[in-house]
Amino acid sequence: MNTQKPLAISARNLTKSYGDNDVLKGIDIAVPEGSVFSLLGPNGAGKTTTVNILTTLIPSNGGDAFVGGNHVKNDADEVRKIIGVTGQFAAVDGLLTGRENLHLMGNLHHLGKKETRRRSEELLERFDLVDAAGRAPATYSGGMKRRLDLAMCLMGDPRIIFLDEPTTGLDPRSRRTVWEIVRELVKGGTTVFLTTQYLEEADELADRIAVLNDGKIVAEGTPAELKRTISGGHISLRLHRADQVESAAQILSASGFDADQLTVQVPSDGSVSSLRNVLDTLDREGVEVDEMSIHTPDLDDVFLALTGGDKTAA
Amino acid sequence: MSTLAYTMSDTSTMLRRQLKHMIRYPSLSIMLIGMPVVILLLFTYVFGGTLGDGLGGTTGGREAYLAYVTPGILLMTISGVMQGTAIGVATDMTQGIIDRFRTMSIARVSVLTGHVIGAVIQTFLAMALVLGVAIALGYRPEADALDWLGLVGVVAVITLGLTWLTVALGMSAKSVEEASNTPMFLMLLPFLGSAFVPTDSMPTVMQYFADYQPFTPFIEVVRSLLTGTAVDTTDLALAGAWSLALGLLGYVIAKKKFNKS
Repeated sequence: MNTQKPLAISARNLTKSYGDNDVLKGIDIAVPEGSVFSLLGPNGAGKTTTVNILTTLIPSNGGDAFVGGNHVKNDADEVRKIIGVTGQFAAVDGLLTGRENLHLMGNLHHLGKKETRRRSEELLERFDLVDAAGRAPATYSGGMKRRLDLAMCLMGDPRIIFLDEPTTGLDPRSRRTVWEIVRELVKGGTTVFLTTQYLEEADELADRIAVLNDGKIVAEGTPAELKRTISGGHISLRLHRADQVESAAQILSASGFDADQLTVQVPSDGSVSSLRNVLDTLDREGVEVDEMSIHTPDLDDVFLALTGGDKTAA
Repeated sequence: MSTLAYTMSDTSTMLRRQLKHMIRYPSLSIMLIGMPVVILLLFTYVFGGTLGDGLGGTTGGREAYLAYVTPGILLMTISGVMQGTAIGVATDMTQGIIDRFRTMSIARVSVLTGHVIGAVIQTFLAMALVLGVAIALGYRPEADALDWLGLVGVVAVITLGLTWLTVALGMSAKSVEEASNTPMFLMLLPFLGSAFVPTDSMPTVMQYFADYQPFTPFIEVVRSLLTGTAVDTTDLALAGAWSLALGLLGYVIAKKKFNKS
């Protein structure tokens, strides 16, 4: 398709192993410009390794990766010119003040004295760090440190941003602040590559999600597509009479029933029309229902099903 | 800006970062400068009376020993600063900010060069302080202007060599604790050289080691310059060769480690 946007990040068959430990077993990634891509996976899935390869920190063992059209191994310096990285652990200088940390970034980006100062103050303002700017980050809360970290990453005005678990360890309010910042960046046309272990986060922010488990991508798509791939949505009914369970299950083409518990599960996308359909059918057949609940699939179902977890708890 | 200008700019940025670190966290510097001062006091006032008589000079005693030991203590001051540098480098490598530097388009070696130049500046300050203490105790250098100039040059070369070696040690250490231990041999080597007693008072095997290990030529060159006597060309050549060899070795290892890990 010629209407497709060019890719900001692409990778083919990336592999990485440490000794006998295969961390990445051949993954493909394609992120169009200006979109948010989320790599979702449990601890140890290989998320950070992927980020480290794409940000030129470590070389892959096999495969090729391009960021902004530049090969991460052969044109590493070109890649570094256009990216901003916020790692899992706050990458701030603990002995410099918040403002000095930003100035350090400005100097290393060769912005010039005036522009460095201007942009530092603007970012301090934007990330609500003006009052803390004269103090060392050692005195900051987790959320403040993360905001400073993000501000430092933005000093160079990067086109592509890598956020490795940007909200791990943050309280819910700080997490929302980080989300707001990400949304604003995307509005400005920045491409965001985000790793997270929180489904809610990927669902909130990402245009496309890839689920990484044990070094392989086990599913990829939009949040909606992923939710469709799993048969998690159903209407759960508890009938009044045991002798009606089996026949009701047949009429409603149920996905499962339990005569002892008087329960019937009917596949459903949770829409009003499907609900009305079920109720109409039950009325027509004179089936008495004691209790009914709707279960719509969320990314938890997808995640747990794909990463081999137990989804009965959901 | 040209590549060279970028490298200079990044190096100066990193140096300023190092200097700020030294000012914000002075306890380490103070401890490292305190050590040679304590050893100077110990060897002057406790051992100095006896050791001075053994030097075989015309006067002997404490005063003669102070004159003999001061150059050795000055070299030990470099060792002390090196220990701090190894700790600083290792600490830096454990912090997230180094990964940030690695993902930026900067002159990569500037991160290390910042440490090296910072250490050289720290060394000169520390040596001036220790020399000041020695002078307060009664030490009188007999160097003329040219000797002082030579001294600054020689110390700069020696320090550069030792610092690159130390940066490599700091990079190679798996932890900050390890980094604080590995440069310990730099503290020991002056004892196994001509810092405290002339090497010809040692057993033959020991003397052979003492004469050719890096610190003896370092100390002898500094001693000659401070006393205003002619510098032994063999010592000068050995001092230069050791500095160059250790510096190059350290530079290659440190650079490789920085780009790899």
